[in-house]
Amino acid sequence: MRSEKVIEVGNLTKKFGDFTAVKGISFEVFKGEIFGFLGANGAGKTTAMKMLIGISKPTSGEATVAGFDVKSNSEMVKKSIGYMSQRFSMYDDLTIKENITFFGGIYGLNRKQIRQKTESVIEELQLQDVADKLVGSLPLGWKQKLAFSVSLLHEPKIVFLDEPTGGVDPITRRQFWELIYAEAHKGTTIFVTTHYMDEAEYCDRVSIMVDGVIEALDTPKKLKEQFKTDSMEGVFLKLARGPLTPALPAGRPKGGIKD
Amino acid sequence: MKRFIGFVKKEFYHIFRDKRSMFILFGMPIAQIMLFGFAITNEINNVDLAILDKSKDAETEKIINSISASKHFKIEAVVGNDDQIEDIFKKGNVKAVLVFEKDFAQNLQTHKKGKVQVVTDATDPNTANTITNYIQSILQHYQQEINISNVAPHQIQVKSRLYYNPELKSVFTFVPGVMTVILMLVSAMMTSISITREKELGTMEILLVSPIKPFQVITGKVFPYIFLSIINAIMILLLGYFVFEMPIEGSLILLALETVLFIVTSLALGILISTISATQQTAMMISLMGLMLPVILLSGFIFPISSMPLALQYISNIIPAKWFIIILKGIMLKGVGISFLWKETLILIGMMVFFLALSIKKYKIRLE
Repeated sequence: MRSEKVIEVGNLTKKFGDFTAVKGISFEVFKGEIFGFLGANGAGKTTAMKMLIGISKPTSGEATVAGFDVKSNSEMVKKSIGYMSQRFSMYDDLTIKENITFFGGIYGLNRKQIRQKTESVIEELQLQDVADKLVGSLPLGWKQKLAFSVSLLHEPKIVFLDEPTGGVDPITRRQFWELIYAEAHKGTTIFVTTHYMDEAEYCDRVSIMVDGVIEALDTPKKLKEQFKTDSMEGVFLKLARGPLTPALPAGRPKGGIKD
Repeated sequence: MKRFIGFVKKEFYHIFRDKRSMFILFGMPIAQIMLFGFAITNEINNVDLAILDKSKDAETEKIINSISASKHFKIEAVVGNDDQIEDIFKKGNVKAVLVFEKDFAQNLQTHKKGKVQVVTDATDPNTANTITNYIQSILQHYQQEINISNVAPHQIQVKSRLYYNPELKSVFTFVPGVMTVILMLVSAMMTSISITREKELGTMEILLVSPIKPFQVITGKVFPYIFLSIINAIMILLLGYFVFEMPIEGSLILLALETVLFIVTSLALGILISTISATQQTAMMISLMGLMLPVILLSGFIFPISSMPLALQYISNIIPAKWFIIILKGIMLKGVGISFLWKETLILIGMMVFFLALSIKKYKIRLE
């Protein structure tokens, strides 16, 4: 299972003028893995992810996603990945069915595939009663689950989740992670950023970015051993307070560490 | 292509499910045309007039009769002496007083000269001016009638003829103006708001990550507005034609092409606005302040450009609406063809190309 590399990053760098947001990071992600991508505010996490999903051009370095180079072949990269952003990313004034049809359409699914996918998504999430209701009327937790399913409509090899569970209660988050596990089990690679440290524990491997550099990358268990602490929270704090970086930026009202 | 259709369909859902958009699209044009056509008008009708007749003879009676016979005036009061003129103005209804001198008929007979004074309430200078002109023309008409019997030896008669709008209907200037404003509103403001809405909601990011190309996103978003703008233009022209008898003397095809040209120019402006604003509110403010105000004030829609200060006249040249209004009036009222409008058309094409290129460039930078 660990044999096939679906993301390979080598010395990836992004500069904005004089400021280097991402300083030559390198890592690999394997097929079917749940890869946690962590970092504090301004650590370069979002910038790195934007380069991987093809909406930001690297200044230097290499990155292949699903076997395609992000610099020269970003169109193929886009076809092979799914993406769900931290902001809920569907149309409130369209019904659940219309949203699925629209997103299926822009990913090039044909009518029959769209119909099948609509049925299976609605059944899987048990949304039969509200399928023709506007998405705006759904609770946030449902919307996020739906958005996750929609990002998987075209059966991508890798799905990028940018803080997918922001602002929902722990039970809903737990349910959301069950969906993620189920999908990873099918062989889909999950690349997830989060600022909830308990969620970092759910990942197969976790990378922690500090100041544009990946400071640590391993399984949650090994990271905890390495930093001699019993939680990912502890690992994160030790890294962030390390000699390389100033103190963590002030926490946001929501709590946790956010990028 | 299938993606494009799906995209356009989604865009129509947004529009038809939003009451505000629907009002701007369909309520606004009708309301504006009706307002400008019926309520806001430069013509005067049924103006209250008072008479101070110090002569009270057959001649003055004839004049008074011909004035009250016109639809422009209603004789509201008769004043006894000069002092009462101000009192009657202060009451507010009466806008003008017509004063005949003592022994008017007699003077007319013996000295060939009768004196009439028109006193107007100039708190509204435009109306006062118009009233004076109207009364003068009625008096001139009367003078010509009595001169037929005893012709004066030398006379210069001015006979004015008003081409293209003989009845001076103000609606003839308002229909092209309102059409321009509405097309600008729908094409520029609505598109800029609808694009920034996707940015604000975060759906734009999702679209950019998807295989659909940025160019397709933008065309998908503006296409419905091209369609709706054309419907709006047709609606306004039909209203103008059937309700206000606004003629379309020139070629309908040319009118249609010029309209599409203006719509695309406005859309390019809308896209440009959406690239520089992060929120719907900003987009709306920029559209209103940066586009609607100049269109209404500086395009020649309401205030004639030739009577503006020189600096403003220069500024008016960079407003696409100015050229479109000239084109519209040319085609609709004068019935002229492209041979007379090529300059204005070229200017509009130039602006369209400029704004399109600029918005594409800006849009690309944003993606980096």
